[in-house]
Amino acid sequence: MAVELMKGNVALAEAAIRAGVEAYFGYPITPQTELLEHMAKRMPELGRAFVQAESEVAAINMVYGAACTGARAMTSSSSPGISLMQEGFSYIAGSEVPCVVVDIMRGGPGLGNIQPSQSDYFQVTRSAGHGDYHAIVLAPASVQEAIDLMVEAFDLADEYRHLVFVVADGLIGQMMEPAELPAMKPIRRPRGDWALTGADGREKNIITSLELNAPDLEELNNRLQAKLAHIREHEQRSTEMLTGDARLIVVGYGTSGRIAETAVKQARREGMKVGLFRPISLWPFPEKRLSALADQVGAFLVVEMNAGQMLDDVRLAAGGQVPVTFYGRTGGMVPMPEEIYDEIVTQYNKLTTSAV
Amino acid sequence: MATTAMVEEKVVYQRPESLESIPTHYCPGCTHGVAHRLVAEVLDELGVRERTIGVSPVGCSVFAYKYFNTDGAEAAHGRAPAMATGIKRIMPDRVVFTYQGDGDLAAIGIAEIVHAATRGENFTTIFINNAIYGMTGGQMAPTTLPGQRTTSSPVGRDVELTGFPIRMAELLSGAPGAAYVVRRSLHNVKEINRAKRAIKTAFEVQLAGLGFSMVELLSACPTGWKVTPPEAMDWIEQQMVPYYPLGDYKIADGVEQLAKRR
Repeated sequence: MAVELMKGNVALAEAAIRAGVEAYFGYPITPQTELLEHMAKRMPELGRAFVQAESEVAAINMVYGAACTGARAMTSSSSPGISLMQEGFSYIAGSEVPCVVVDIMRGGPGLGNIQPSQSDYFQVTRSAGHGDYHAIVLAPASVQEAIDLMVEAFDLADEYRHLVFVVADGLIGQMMEPAELPAMKPIRRPRGDWALTGADGREKNIITSLELNAPDLEELNNRLQAKLAHIREHEQRSTEMLTGDARLIVVGYGTSGRIAETAVKQARREGMKVGLFRPISLWPFPEKRLSALADQVGAFLVVEMNAGQMLDDVRLAAGGQVPVTFYGRTGGMVPMPEEIYDEIVTQYNKLTTSAV
Repeated sequence: MATTAMVEEKVVYQRPESLESIPTHYCPGCTHGVAHRLVAEVLDELGVRERTIGVSPVGCSVFAYKYFNTDGAEAAHGRAPAMATGIKRIMPDRVVFTYQGDGDLAAIGIAEIVHAATRGENFTTIFINNAIYGMTGGQMAPTTLPGQRTTSSPVGRDVELTGFPIRMAELLSGAPGAAYVVRRSLHNVKEINRAKRAIKTAFEVQLAGLGFSMVELLSACPTGWKVTPPEAMDWIEQQMVPYYPLGDYKIADGVEQLAKRR
């Protein structure tokens, strides 16, 4: 495969196709619509299912139906549309069928705007719908990583029969970058033995999230939580830079993590021992590695394009061992590297002062 | 020693294979059981049980997947047509049906059913219209008749405040993708037999790939209506049928040939 210049939304769509997605259902919303448009063209060409739904509510329930047949199915949207899909997320998690959802987040609350934002970290990492569960959430920081994580998202969804999010923002969705797509994977057959394919020569299969008997529903929850505990143990993903001797570590994901990288490099050039920790899985949050780093570092500086959401997870992982401070922009404002650099200088100076 | 003469017995009535042999949770006099049986008989007669996937709604028939002996899914409230769309688009050679009540189909799920019909999704919908929300204890449905008392219209449905009941078969007959849309009733044997023929035609329409098919069934809810089961049957005939006329609302090209072939 050759490196080519690709828009993030298109790259996500084509990566899903290469990963063997059999059905896409979606509804137009900026800034993810190019993903839907690419699917509108490509899926019928390949003889796969594409439906532009009447709403995000319908789209996620079409995904739910397709996923019940054991097919790789997905949708994509942006913040307000993700709010509408929450009902479906919960049913999908409760009935344990695999699917992938792309959320190209925008500024909120309400209709907000269409500028890049990370304002829905809580929404996707906490439960993504009613009930008691977490979805797997992956956050790329480049078009190439978006492609790689999109493919991985389908594998994780299938492995755990669970809901997997790939979350980015309009910056990654709209930006063109050189990237390389994987080879086309064959469509997976046969279906899982749990799938709805017709009870031909076997007992009937039922897919439901309904269990009226409390002890039975608790047992179902215990099974779901055991699966999530396994995911939490085995699927934490992160990357880091210059953390070895760092006294201050900047923590940022996706776009904010990438901007912070520039600021961290500048701080290093100025002789400051600063590193970068970039979570790739937002759930499970890479708490194990961050916890280990808390033993060796003087402080964490969390950078997000929101008012401080991942901040809570960093504080939990740091366990009160070191100070955790925050720098964020909201409303679709993207921080400049200089702003983050200035905050690094402020926080770094506090460390050196307190050390004296 | 007495000899036992072997008398050949002719089976005149038995449980369809497409129906499970388990007790249902339906109230005495409720016609869900009749509707279930008709659907199951049709699936047996068409020989499609092993390739059928049913989608249950939220409402009294939420456990329909337990009673039908086919693969089944339980949808969110009103979303069965969206789920059925997802299933059928992946498996066009399977028989897919939704089974929905009036709150599910005509209130919270009206967007999903209208757009599924408009797209001509090739599945079958069995629509149970009993003019009330049964599962939650008898509240006003979009199909509740003018003046009808329910727990949320305690002095009778006031159309000045709530509008008139919605007629779904008429509404969906206007959808270009709808191939077969009819209304039948379950209030007496004659109408039950007519209902079964319509259900069979609806599934045949799907098998022939003609598009969306729906059979609306006027049904009894004696518990919600606070009447006896026999009174409920009379109430359908005297109160519901005049507002919801029985008949064929959309018969697309090709449907009549199906019936003739049978």
